[in-house]
Amino acid sequence: MDFGLSEEQTLLQDTVKRFAQAECPSTRVRQVMESDDGHDPALWQGLAELGVAGMTVPTEHGGAGLELLDLALIADVLGWAATPGPFLGNAMATTALCASDSDAQNQWLPGVATGETLLTVAFGEGIGEWDAGAVETKATGGKLSGVKSLVPYAGVSDALIVSAMDGDGPGLWAVERGASGMQISALTGNDQTRRVSRVHFDGTPATKIAAGRTAADRARDVGLVLLAADASGGAHRCLEMTTDYALTREQFGQIIGAFQGVKHQLANLACDLEPAVSLWWYAAHAFDHINDKSERHAALSKAHLTDLYDTTVRYAIELHGGIGFTWEYDLHLWFRRAMFDRAFLGESSYHRRRAADLAGW
Amino acid sequence: MNLKYSKDYQRFREEVRQFIKDHWTEEDVAANPQLSEMAQGLGSSPRTDERATAFRRAAAERGYMYRHVPRAYGGGEQAPDPLKATILVEELKAAKAPVELMSQGPAMLVPTLLAHGTEEQKKQYVESTLLGHVRWCQGYSEPGAGSDLASLRTSGVLEGDHWVVNGQKIWTSNAREADMMFALIRTEPDEPKHDGISYLLIDMKTQGIDVRPLRQMDGDAHFNEVFLDNVRVPRDSVVGERGQGWYVSRSTLKAERALIGNASMARRTFDGAVALAQMTQVRGRPAIEDPVIRDRLTDLESRVLAAEYNGFRLLTESAKGHDGGLAGLVTKLHTSTLAHDVSKLAMNISSDAAMLAPGEEHAPFAGMLVQSYIMYYALAIGGGAPNIQRNVIGERGLGLPRDPRR
Repeated sequence: MDFGLSEEQTLLQDTVKRFAQAECPSTRVRQVMESDDGHDPALWQGLAELGVAGMTVPTEHGGAGLELLDLALIADVLGWAATPGPFLGNAMATTALCASDSDAQNQWLPGVATGETLLTVAFGEGIGEWDAGAVETKATGGKLSGVKSLVPYAGVSDALIVSAMDGDGPGLWAVERGASGMQISALTGNDQTRRVSRVHFDGTPATKIAAGRTAADRARDVGLVLLAADASGGAHRCLEMTTDYALTREQFGQIIGAFQGVKHQLANLACDLEPAVSLWWYAAHAFDHINDKSERHAALSKAHLTDLYDTTVRYAIELHGGIGFTWEYDLHLWFRRAMFDRAFLGESSYHRRRAADLAGW
Repeated sequence: MNLKYSKDYQRFREEVRQFIKDHWTEEDVAANPQLSEMAQGLGSSPRTDERATAFRRAAAERGYMYRHVPRAYGGGEQAPDPLKATILVEELKAAKAPVELMSQGPAMLVPTLLAHGTEEQKKQYVESTLLGHVRWCQGYSEPGAGSDLASLRTSGVLEGDHWVVNGQKIWTSNAREADMMFALIRTEPDEPKHDGISYLLIDMKTQGIDVRPLRQMDGDAHFNEVFLDNVRVPRDSVVGERGQGWYVSRSTLKAERALIGNASMARRTFDGAVALAQMTQVRGRPAIEDPVIRDRLTDLESRVLAAEYNGFRLLTESAKGHDGGLAGLVTKLHTSTLAHDVSKLAMNISSDAAMLAPGEEHAPFAGMLVQSYIMYYALAIGGGAPNIQRNVIGERGLGLPRDPRR
């Protein structure tokens, strides 16, 4: 039994982390945040060259053919660095495509593998509806009608993977950039490092790529695990920043990290956070290897880690005092990412409810 | 990551299974009801019967038990291998066969003797302790020296061939059953506080020792006070150098043992809480259908799973010879907090039946629930109170400065 990372995985994580430290310091994060579309093609291409875009694309389509754990380790680093960009939606759409029909795979996956093609998912509807079996978007005669909320990076994606219903029930459709009857309205989110739009479809031509809900559910589970990993990386960063601050900031004649009131709060955060890393590791591993635990663990780890991220950020801001609440100080970058991670694909209590149902309780 | 055991380990498991089958019969199982998981766990040191002793001896000879102890002193003398250690425990428990005695003697005294004891001390005490023939209690805490253990005051003065010991120990588990006590005694009153302590082995039948049970908040009396009044202890009962007892007592267990994160208590309590929620009708419907209970259960389940997988992670690290870092330092605080939280939820699920004392007919789980709820408070404190754990995590794990020390 081996519950740990391989040398290759550690090396991969180190490489992406070095890249993020060099190419994506907070100054760059802020530049991308201030841009119109929140997308920095050079940054994305740099990540793609490290294999980030094509990590889970099968080798026959030019990808690395690796597993969700490998991808989640990258999400962990991107969360740590608050790296802006289309990573999440692209990864979910890639999963949906890999779980679907082969023509569409031939069309899109080779481009995804190199990072030249960008995909995204249009799954959410209204408020809080992420269930592929409950969507109201309709597909009739190869055309889509409906409204999708909270679509990541719709404006810069080459294709959208859309959940909708036709006469046979739920399924997934691909819509190409610039398709007629598609209207994209950018929304102002709290987290400007990951953009979302509302997308209207009105008789928009679309290609059905998967029947049933399996492909959509697999893509959702990938999203849940990646959000958990992002939350884990982000929370660790907040803990690091706050520990560093506690080691330098002096009050009452000594550094504040010497006060038990500060030390114990930081210890509590570490105490909850450190074991939780193994929870998303397991969920990622289960996605590829332990089928009967995959969906439930994805739900539990997303709920648990994003709640922990929220708590960690809260104490990080409190322990920083006033400086932590300023725009100039970087802490709010992670605070905003925590808000995204917690809300996107459904809030914690929703996933805990699903987990209880899935347990058959 | 590979969560399957390799062929070599599967073969090892088969060998262990066969060994148990050959050495521990159905009659042995029936004759030893106390060898349930519960009774073999925390602190208790039952007088074990001859069959159990013979089984332990055979298992040690085969290398299946007391793997870290040299053969010369009755151990198994095997290279550290956390996976094999885990397989052994799993198989022994599944077969309801005796596991290694885990009480204070085997768990704490033996590693200390192996590291610091004289040849005579090892010969005299290691094997007899491992087999349960000599039972020990631990004389560390004193009324004024709990978390700040080094400020202990019980004194030992050398008079001829004997130490004359005076003072009081407290929170002494199993002192009434123990044959011997390993104790920290201040023998060099003029040295700085950490440097004036010796590690002494004291026969509990010596004149001048008075053991008084200390009744706990759950009504039980697991702990004791031990009063020492001019107790004469042979001069050669010191383990390690005189005055070095503090450092002697720090000698830790092999990584093989110490690093295995123990989430099993929280898991057992959690499974119990789910079962309880399924069978308890509150205000006309099963508690498990209450959305708040469902939310709390899945929330806690995430933490239980995190604790279990963190244990796997530490096991893997330990197999590679690493110490687990922060993930290892948090284990005690994490699992003891978790056990408390889970059992608190179980109390909540029990609704107003939770107010019934153990022994009352309708007390949930025959009173076991309330008992464990109360005992988890003791577990959180034992071996380092939560705030001491937080200091350790903050200082050793996060690199924050030490508390000021006088």
